[in-house]
Amino acid sequence: MQHIIVVGNGMVGYKFCEKFVEKAESKDFKITVFGEEPRPAYDRVHLSEFFESQNAKALEMATAEWYADNNIDLITGERVADINRTSKTITTARDRDFSYDYLVLATGSSPFVPPIKGVEKEGVFVYRTIEDLEGMLAYAAKLKAEKPDARAAVLGGGLLGLEAGKAVMDMGLEPHIVEFAPKLMPRQLDSRSSQVLKLKLESIGLNIHLSKATNQVLGDGAITGMEFGEDDFLDVDMLIVSAGIRPRDELGRACGLEVGVRGGIVVDNTMKTSDENIYAIGEIALYNQMIYGLVAPGYDMAAVAVEQIIGNTEAVMPADIDMSTKLKLIGVDVASFGEPFMPASKGHSIIFENKTQHLYKRINVSLDGKTLLGGILVGDASDYSMLHQVYLNAMAIPEDPSQLILPASEGGAVLGDVMDLPDEAQICSCESVTKGQICGVIENGEATDLAGVVSCTKAGTGCGGCKPMVADLTNATLKSLGIEVKDSVCEHFDLNRQDLYKIIQVKGYKKFNEVLDNHGNGGHGCELCKPLIASLMASIHADTANEEYAIQDSNDRFLANIQRNGTYSVVPRVPGGEITPDKLIALGEIAKKYDLYTKITGGVRIDLFGATLNQLPLIWKELISHGFESGHAYGKSLRTVKTCVGSTWCRYGMDESVSFGIELENRYRGIRAPHKIKGGVSGCIRECAEARGKDFGLIAVEGGWNLYVGGNGGANPRHAELFAEQIDNETVIKYLDRYLMFYMRTAKPLQRTAAWQERLEGGLDYLKEVIIEDKLGIAEDLEKEMQTLVNKFECEWTQAVNNPEMMKRFNHFINSEDEDENLVFVPMRDQKMPEPWV
Amino acid sequence: METILDKYKATEVENVNVWFKAASVNDFPKDGGACVKYKEKQIAVFNFERLGKWYACQNLCPHKMEMVLSRGMIGDDKGIPKVACPLHKKTFSLETGENLNSDLDAIAVYPVKVEAGYVYIGFEE
Ligand SMILES: Cc1cc2nc3c(=O)[nH]c(=O)nc-3n(C[C@H](O)[C@H](O)[C@H](O)COP(=O)(O)OP(=O)(O)OC[C@H]3O[C@@H](n4cnc5c(N)ncnc54)[C@H](O)[C@@H]3O)c2cc1C
Ligand code: SF4
Ligand code: SF4
Ligand code: FES
Repeated sequence: MQHIIVVGNGMVGYKFCEKFVEKAESKDFKITVFGEEPRPAYDRVHLSEFFESQNAKALEMATAEWYADNNIDLITGERVADINRTSKTITTARDRDFSYDYLVLATGSSPFVPPIKGVEKEGVFVYRTIEDLEGMLAYAAKLKAEKPDARAAVLGGGLLGLEAGKAVMDMGLEPHIVEFAPKLMPRQLDSRSSQVLKLKLESIGLNIHLSKATNQVLGDGAITGMEFGEDDFLDVDMLIVSAGIRPRDELGRACGLEVGVRGGIVVDNTMKTSDENIYAIGEIALYNQMIYGLVAPGYDMAAVAVEQIIGNTEAVMPADIDMSTKLKLIGVDVASFGEPFMPASKGHSIIFENKTQHLYKRINVSLDGKTLLGGILVGDASDYSMLHQVYLNAMAIPEDPSQLILPASEGGAVLGDVMDLPDEAQICSCESVTKGQICGVIENGEATDLAGVVSCTKAGTGCGGCKPMVADLTNATLKSLGIEVKDSVCEHFDLNRQDLYKIIQVKGYKKFNEVLDNHGNGGHGCELCKPLIASLMASIHADTANEEYAIQDSNDRFLANIQRNGTYSVVPRVPGGEITPDKLIALGEIAKKYDLYTKITGGVRIDLFGATLNQLPLIWKELISHGFESGHAYGKSLRTVKTCVGSTWCRYGMDESVSFGIELENRYRGIRAPHKIKGGVSGCIRECAEARGKDFGLIAVEGGWNLYVGGNGGANPRHAELFAEQIDNETVIKYLDRYLMFYMRTAKPLQRTAAWQERLEGGLDYLKEVIIEDKLGIAEDLEKEMQTLVNKFECEWTQAVNNPEMMKRFNHFINSEDEDENLVFVPMRDQKMPEPWV
Repeated sequence: METILDKYKATEVENVNVWFKAASVNDFPKDGGACVKYKEKQIAVFNFERLGKWYACQNLCPHKMEMVLSRGMIGDDKGIPKVACPLHKKTFSLETGENLNSDLDAIAVYPVKVEAGYVYIGFEE
């Protein structure tokens, strides 16, 4: 058995392992991997997602168990310190020796930190590892606590620098980008497109400083500013250096492997270094005198090294490597592909520019006008995937190539259908997946939906840029096979929630049996379809849960939250969390009278626990007489709109968050939705109401409210995403009416806004088109439907206690007034709790 | 030691000695249930109107020993009439008492008859 040692467990080192164990020959080899970082390889390309999720596990390429299961010894947290080529051994930083037959160097690169005076000061970071991000988050939190208007700069306006700029903005610091060159993204953009990009970035709040050579970092211990020249300063409290990368070739240098002048270990097209038993792959490898700072070429190198080691010597790296890129994350479309800049001698350039809309598109075509050689897209990169494919596959282009980039209204051509691409067109360059492979796994039945395609082919698991195209191909292939994509609600219906919504709306059904008899499969319903249809009928007809109580879910059925011993808890509405002392006293007295365990809920309301079925109406009669109404804590409906105290009291407040929160809570109360909905309103960016953790959140800023949508706590916490900026109260309500109604119409059962939004094809941009631009022409209907629900609101507890027929169900026994004698409570901290379960 | 579970024994019609007059048909929801008190027992009774049948079973859910089954939703699982516990949605056949979606013990079921607008449940004693 031969022994392979892989040095470096980054993205490419991992990919080597993955590709290797897929080979039958791998059983003749043993692999040992050394990684300097404390954890197994993770997805560095999506590192910025860590800011939101702070979940390192979610970024893992594979779990530690995966390595063990595949007979790979993974040793993390141990750096390889030395290579001895004559004895074919390595020595680790812990002074352990291991011998190898093949050595694979995948040590990647490290951020380049220019030798600027003061750059070692506290508050200066690089952007490469999870530890770097943890450091930044902690530092930013500390800064913000001391100084609400703290600023952070990013040194470097390249692809990564802009990504870091967005991260700074998301951390709530004032963002500045400092670039040495006179333009942004100097390697991908020409000056005009970079000018357009600058305008666009400034419009979303990034401050851009070009042609700035940083002389020194100022500050006493910690950074306080940057100095560019005499009298040219920028005050900043934090700095992220993103000035390029340097290959980590120290090991190769020390053992005498051939290295490039500017670093990197020289390899040939078989990925061999100057020592035939040593390979180098990824960002450490100098191929064609280039370091390719992208994952896709790194993955290709890993595949080549695997083939070479198992003896397929004809597998080599291509001479040309595609360096097309699309910027992700920043909320601004930027992409460049092929040859972005083109000297006039080699081809013609066609440029479309609209500065007021921050749009710039350039394509370069061959002199004969027949082939696309490259291009740049800023402001709208929706055609990137298609143009990129046209370029990669040298596909035919229109006689008038300008049609490729002109807006359709000005004679632009609609780009071809994805199905027109040749089978060998590479759709996912990170994982080298072709169109033929994607369509193939569907055609042969291995995959039946997008998730299946992704897991069979790995397409879309790298940088993710090809996802929309993979989705299009999946849908088109399914359609061509006549396969309908089904997500029916349960065995009793062949319909999904959205179908049922439309049917109930059009036919006006008001009884479960009508829906079941006319559209069901002949069964009798169950605990899945009954509450779903109850909720739909409530959403559509503005009915309360008192209609047909036997089809309501456990809590809705008795308008209270069932607790683990079968008693209930009671939560009256306290809109916006504002409550008078008199009402507080009333709550206290009622709780005392009925001996209810009392607690403040996570949604900052007051919850009274331990009420029996028989007690519920008695308690509610008293609550109603003190001016309370149902809080719908039991429903899949609006819970609370959490507010901070806002400008009425707070010294930082920019607007009246409580007043607006109350207005919103009263507007949407009682409305039944696919899942619960929570809101939040903060009076300023300090965000004391945690509004971004809610389905909808508002933050008062200069000139209006910023509206965020699609956040939640729970098992998979998500921050809400910025949807609209600086809008007034009226516009907030308009957008929210449309947003919530659209959600209620189209989500899956029990799908919260975050998951719905995430799975919406076209994502947040599409949502904005529907809600803000009214692309589907339904905005007016959505508003009208919502207004009807608002107008018809009725407190269902008031309705119930005033109707003797409805009251009949609030008895433990149908034939006795007795209480359930099996209830046992035990004392706990001056209150009570149900006896523990055994 | 006798547990509350021991109070409930599945009863066949042949063995019924007492037909307990529980309540009027109109007191029960359509396609839903309510709880009947008989001596020391709590019995969940369901009016499965879509099938034109009545079912009775123990009110005690064997999962966590809570008196809640009468408050559960009814329906069918591939044709088998069932009730779903309101606490964790364990489902039980109303015909045999068998647990349909995990491996809990079966619940006790009892015969029901309707006469002159009244619902009767059959017990051995
Ligand atoms: C924020 C960010 C965003 C990016 N976005 C994109 C993108 O959108 N598209 C794209 O294509 N690329 C992107 N990249 C670049 C991409 O992440 C890299 O190309 C890729 O990670 C290179 O993989 P690698 O395995 O060669 O190096 P790395 O992932 O850096 O892995 C090398 C590993 O080796 C370890 N190591 C080094 N020396 C030793 C030693 N002596 N002993 C043991 N272990 C050692 C290091 O600690 C490291 O863990 C991005 C990078 C960053 C930082
Ligand atoms: S979020 Fe609200 S409470 Fe917090 S500082 Fe701003 S206005 Fe004040
Ligand atoms: S977190 Fe779990 S235990 Fe706590 S209330 Fe929610 S469901 Fe119950
Ligand atoms: S108590 Fe009935 S399912 Fe848990």
